[in-house]
Amino acid sequence: MIINHPLLGPRDAQEFVYLGDANLIDRPDPSSSTALDDFHDYLYLRDNPAGSHRELWFHEQGDRSWLVVTRDTTTHEITHVELASEYAKRQGRDR
Amino acid sequence: MRYSALKVLMEGLRGNTGWKPVWRDPDPQPEYDYIIVGGGGHGLATAHYLAKIYKRSRIAVLEKGWIGSGNVGRNTTIIRSNYLLDGNEPLYEFSLKLWEGLEQDLNYNAMVSQRGILNLCHSDGQRDAFRRRGNAMILNGADAELLDQDQVREMVPFLDFKNARFPIKGGLLQRRGGTVRHDAVAWGYARSADSHGVDILQNCEVTGFKIEKGLVKGVETSRGYIGAKKVGVAVAGSSSRVMAMAGLRLPIESHVLQAFVSEGLKPLIPGVITFGAGHFYISQSDKGGLVFGGDIDGYNSYAQRGNLPVVEDVLEGGMALMPMIGRARLLRMWGGLMDMSMDGSPFIDHTPIEGLYFNGGWCYGGFKATPASGYVFAHLLATDMPHETATALRLDRFRSGAMIDEKGAGAQPNLH
Amino acid sequence: MSGINRLDGGQIDRNNVLTFSFDGKRYSGFGGDTLVSALLANNVRLMGRSFKYHRPRGVFTAGSEEPNALVELRSGARREPNSRATVAELYEGLTAQSQNRFPSLRFDALAFNDTLASFLSSGFYYKTFMWPVAFWEKVYEPFIRRAAGLGRLSGEEDPDTYDKGFLHCDLLIVGAGPSGLAAALTAGRAGAEVILAEEDFALGGRLLAESGILTDRLASDWIEEVTAELVALPNVRLMTRTTVFGQYDHGIFGAVERVSDHIPEPQPNKPRQILWRIYSKRALLNAGATERPIPFENNDRPGIMLAGAMRAYANRWAVTAARNVVVFTNNDDGHRTARDLSEKGVDVAAVVDCRHNAPTSADFEVIEGAEVIGSRGRLGLKAVKMRFKDGSEREIACGALGVAGGWNPNVHLTCHKRGRPEWNGDISAFIPVKSEDSALRVAGAAAGIFSTHGALQSGAQGAIDALNDLGISARFPALPEAEDAPVNIAPFWYVKGGTGRAWLDLQNDVTIKDINLAHQEGFRSVEHVKRYTTLGMATDQGKTANIGALAVLADIEGKSIPEVGTTIFRPPYTPVSIGTFAGRSRGKEFRPYRLTPSHKWAAEQDAVFVEVGNWLRAQWFPLKGETHWRQSVDREVIAVRKSVGICDVTTLGKIDVQGADAAEFLNHIYCNGFAKLPVGKTRYGLILREDGMAMDDGTAARLAEDHFVITTTTANAVSAFRHMEFCRQCLWPGLDVQLISTTEAWAQFSVAGPNARKLMQKIVDTDHDITNEGFPYMACGEITICGGLRARLFRISFSGELAYEIAVPTRYGDALIRRLIEAGKEFDVVPYGTEALGVLRIEKGHAAGNELNGQSTAAMLGMGRMVSQKKDSIGRVLAGRPYLQRVDDYRLIGLLPVNLDSVILAGAHLMNVGMESCAANDQGWVTSAAYSPHIGSSIALAFLKKGDQRHGDVIRIVNPLSDGDIEAKVTSPHFIDPEGERLRV
Repeated sequence: MIINHPLLGPRDAQEFVYLGDANLIDRPDPSSSTALDDFHDYLYLRDNPAGSHRELWFHEQGDRSWLVVTRDTTTHEITHVELASEYAKRQGRDR
Repeated sequence: MRYSALKVLMEGLRGNTGWKPVWRDPDPQPEYDYIIVGGGGHGLATAHYLAKIYKRSRIAVLEKGWIGSGNVGRNTTIIRSNYLLDGNEPLYEFSLKLWEGLEQDLNYNAMVSQRGILNLCHSDGQRDAFRRRGNAMILNGADAELLDQDQVREMVPFLDFKNARFPIKGGLLQRRGGTVRHDAVAWGYARSADSHGVDILQNCEVTGFKIEKGLVKGVETSRGYIGAKKVGVAVAGSSSRVMAMAGLRLPIESHVLQAFVSEGLKPLIPGVITFGAGHFYISQSDKGGLVFGGDIDGYNSYAQRGNLPVVEDVLEGGMALMPMIGRARLLRMWGGLMDMSMDGSPFIDHTPIEGLYFNGGWCYGGFKATPASGYVFAHLLATDMPHETATALRLDRFRSGAMIDEKGAGAQPNLH
Repeated sequence: MSGINRLDGGQIDRNNVLTFSFDGKRYSGFGGDTLVSALLANNVRLMGRSFKYHRPRGVFTAGSEEPNALVELRSGARREPNSRATVAELYEGLTAQSQNRFPSLRFDALAFNDTLASFLSSGFYYKTFMWPVAFWEKVYEPFIRRAAGLGRLSGEEDPDTYDKGFLHCDLLIVGAGPSGLAAALTAGRAGAEVILAEEDFALGGRLLAESGILTDRLASDWIEEVTAELVALPNVRLMTRTTVFGQYDHGIFGAVERVSDHIPEPQPNKPRQILWRIYSKRALLNAGATERPIPFENNDRPGIMLAGAMRAYANRWAVTAARNVVVFTNNDDGHRTARDLSEKGVDVAAVVDCRHNAPTSADFEVIEGAEVIGSRGRLGLKAVKMRFKDGSEREIACGALGVAGGWNPNVHLTCHKRGRPEWNGDISAFIPVKSEDSALRVAGAAAGIFSTHGALQSGAQGAIDALNDLGISARFPALPEAEDAPVNIAPFWYVKGGTGRAWLDLQNDVTIKDINLAHQEGFRSVEHVKRYTTLGMATDQGKTANIGALAVLADIEGKSIPEVGTTIFRPPYTPVSIGTFAGRSRGKEFRPYRLTPSHKWAAEQDAVFVEVGNWLRAQWFPLKGETHWRQSVDREVIAVRKSVGICDVTTLGKIDVQGADAAEFLNHIYCNGFAKLPVGKTRYGLILREDGMAMDDGTAARLAEDHFVITTTTANAVSAFRHMEFCRQCLWPGLDVQLISTTEAWAQFSVAGPNARKLMQKIVDTDHDITNEGFPYMACGEITICGGLRARLFRISFSGELAYEIAVPTRYGDALIRRLIEAGKEFDVVPYGTEALGVLRIEKGHAAGNELNGQSTAAMLGMGRMVSQKKDSIGRVLAGRPYLQRVDDYRLIGLLPVNLDSVILAGAHLMNVGMESCAANDQGWVTSAAYSPHIGSSIALAFLKKGDQRHGDVIRIVNPLSDGDIEAKVTSPHFIDPEGERLRV
């Protein structure tokens, strides 16, 4: 596979390390009264779709960017790639 | 129809005209007591044991394509019970014992061949972990031997002992491990289940569950609605997709695992050998093909095919371990869908929906578990209680924190 | 004796006479021959034996789809079993043996199986060999295994080397027949980056096998002209002997180039084969088509082959399998074979055409409406039996039969991404599905366009279309005029009636009867039939067999072929040597080595090295006279405890953390607090995974308000850094913090022992105070040594002794170890390796890899109270789950054998005294064990249920693997200096 890195252009997927569903960015509020359940669902449950999947790849043998890649799990077609830090900020993550 | 050498002889003499279908091709009944979704090894085994051991009747197995079209038909055929953790080992050892009696139980020769499985270690830390595991196996009633380098060399002298990047320090041997003719497992269970009255419904895809007030009533299928008192789902590879129809999210990701077979060769490799310093394991089939594999590709996929980097990684491991195979040719590679679970261990459990039961999350280790998985799933369906070898395989174990994490890799499916 | 079957003409070099041997007998052939063409020229028709019944077989095809003519090529360690003799280029001295026969090819004892065929029908083995139970593994299976298999590997290490390469192009053209050449010409002239890959050693594809004229000249002239132009174009790469074997995601193709298979052995420093990963923007498949047979009874005799192959042998290699031949056909192409052979002087006894409107010929007899229904000649065809349309029968003497059942487009590569071909009734074959994904187009015969004219035109158009996608405009080239005959074919799949066996899959011995039986037994899906009968599972992957089986099934079920289905072709297109995929990654080059900065010096000291991940680390440093590793390790341990020792700890991961929010960031990463760590201080930190289990541990040193240097374990250096980047970029992207791995940037040595300070004071520049007061335990700082070299100093200890870790830029690592050893002479300093490091840390009770194996909680490690509840850190929430907090969980303890001579082994399990050894009674396990020179006995660390409450108890250490069962006292894990006084002096 080839991932079109937003900063570096097309790179072989072999340069990357895969983590999984981009929902892992949405870490729950640890101070919530339902934190234990929230963290369980966050860490362990997956939609695991057959189709479009937003997922995290780390450019380990490159610039060490975490990327959010939108890829179809049935065809492996990649439709969108962006920096995870930008995606995370859009999701409201900050500090 | 009982199979035997005599029967083969008699049929041969009269032109093989008397052989009957191995299983019937019935039309669906309007309702069953038990519906097993998934006509793979686990589903068919479940039906067999449910009918034969638990004496239940009115059972149907629903298969969306042809039986055995899933992972039972595309794996590397290895059986073993060399697990470390008490949540796993009793189930796999139970399975190995069932394999040992399978041909007699089914009257079908699935070619269970206990030529041994040898896991190699290349460091002191690995050897320590193997000793812990081998001891755990013995304490759970399985067999295990820890070999030193000389013993490994004597057993498999063709490995690279002189020029290895990661020298072989020893190995964990389970002599009762081995291989089975994988397709025959599905056919043997299907034949036996069918002879016990189970309806095997092929080309019957489940398209929805009928659930009323938290109670399952039946399934919608491509061959119409079928009512059921209890529904057991055993569709590893498609677990998330099927259970989503019942509104459930699972601690499972689908990944692709590639496997490989070489051209047929005269006998070369006695049992199963696994490399401890790379991703490679190998055996040789009775037909002569080298059957081997390695790690999963590592990304979520339903495509049933993989990519070149993993192919190369696996064969690099192969050449590092046994450089004599360089001139053998790779004949075919294929990819199967793996239910990769969050701790690398499976689930056999109730679901929050009454009457709906789940069996899945086998990662790439489901084949060897086929008999026990079917047996204990039948036990659960018949009695509503977990079988004693499967009490830990709960769907809610991550809520309590009782993970069964053989590798210690944590909640990341592609590391298991 | 060369060449009684040699004809005139052909693309062979008659001036280049090559001698070779087959089954020990010497023959000769010409340059340009394949092993098969040379054997045929020498009137050898018997070339192999089938897999199951050991039936005598001859060559069936002229290409890589060959099912029968498989041989063991070469000898010794280079022996290549199952080599298709049809594509083995002849070279001087080639040796080949027939395979899967005993004792000889002409007399094969296992041919006895053939007489038992009625008892060995499809799947018979599933029904028998079950009694007596013990006989399967002891008797039946060993016999079956010996009988099965095809050729033999040598069992020796492959002496050749392999290589890998990467190529990029605008357009990959697969196949250099008329279509591929026209495409390459079109794209090459347009200036596109083109790769033209051809599996054959010659360009031209089917043109080489035909006698047709292009405009007014020989096809070979046109090929030569086109080749010359392509060679001259710098943007075109011509790759012959290169098989594109697989299509992968995003335009990536796998290809194997057989660099040296056409010569006796590779030239020095040349690989045998190269694996190419080709990154293409667009690809055009021009892989041609494969002819299919028409099965009839005993259609497997040596001498029976595909008609197109017969024609190829005559036209390209100027050979015929026999001087008198018959052709059996259902289409016009069979007549072309008869015409070409007849023109070459071969006696065409008859063309048996099953159609009622067959073309006629003045040169040979055409029998229309007729079928071939049998054959005679066990080791070589003697005659075929045919049936006229009126039902009468006749035998025709012949030495070879060409069978023409129509052609199947080679759609294989289009299926690798799970595309399914679709049926085309006009040519009675599957053609590639029209895909929305235009990355791979298909042209020529592979697209079902069978005339030479059509191939040329579609190839050029395919290239234009593909380049158009890329914004490259290409012009349609002037192409020669060529035959444009329509495909006249009557679907006729196999000869019906008869009681004998008709072969579908020649190699695996699958007959029409087998398909019928499988269906009778309920195996009705194509996939079931395939698996039950083994159809299409042989080395040719059923290239000539699968369609026939579909036709048989279609007839049984009363369906059409497309309704019955197809089977998916998987990579590789043709089998590829395993060594090719591995390339150079084998032996010592399997993985790269990482060497520590002191490696050269350690090697000079004759250190013994050990693999730690990709690192090589010094394991111990034997002195003269030390004959056992324990002597060296004990000496090193004692020296550290008594005076001072030095260990290279560069391999530990080092991560530089900088930024205004660095401390806050580390507070998220570590379960214990870091915000209040003063500048100039170091703190031990434990990293949890989000699931609450221990991930890694190390130290974090605060060099400035906004600057930390942290360490990880060697094993987790990469994954811990990845995790921290995840936290930084994905979870807290608003923090002002930057990370960089500096593992390779700093050489780091541990200097440990009571004399460590005295030694350090000799190299640390005097303006830095490293007295206990000036630089106390856990201090850190940036200093200079040896007169101005910048360095980092940490007062941390893994051994439990007074210790420093000193880091210098890596390039000074070698100099520093030499300086330290020199300076330490007066203290009898020793270098110590990983073994002594392990003993020292076990004595001190520090956790390492065996304890931090991903299955441990902080509580198990005795650090439960370190997990701060006052802040949010990774893993805190889920560490609170009940099972992770249970009171009867395992705890890290020490073990001291009751009998001090007993040896404790890591991996042994713990049982209570007096209890049976079984899983239900299991109390824990030994994680790490060592001989402690300090204690004078074996000691160990272990996880024991409620172990923290059981210090002083006696427990059994059982090791059922070797019947070990000893007693040991449960102790604190700290065997040395539990109060930590030695660290602080």
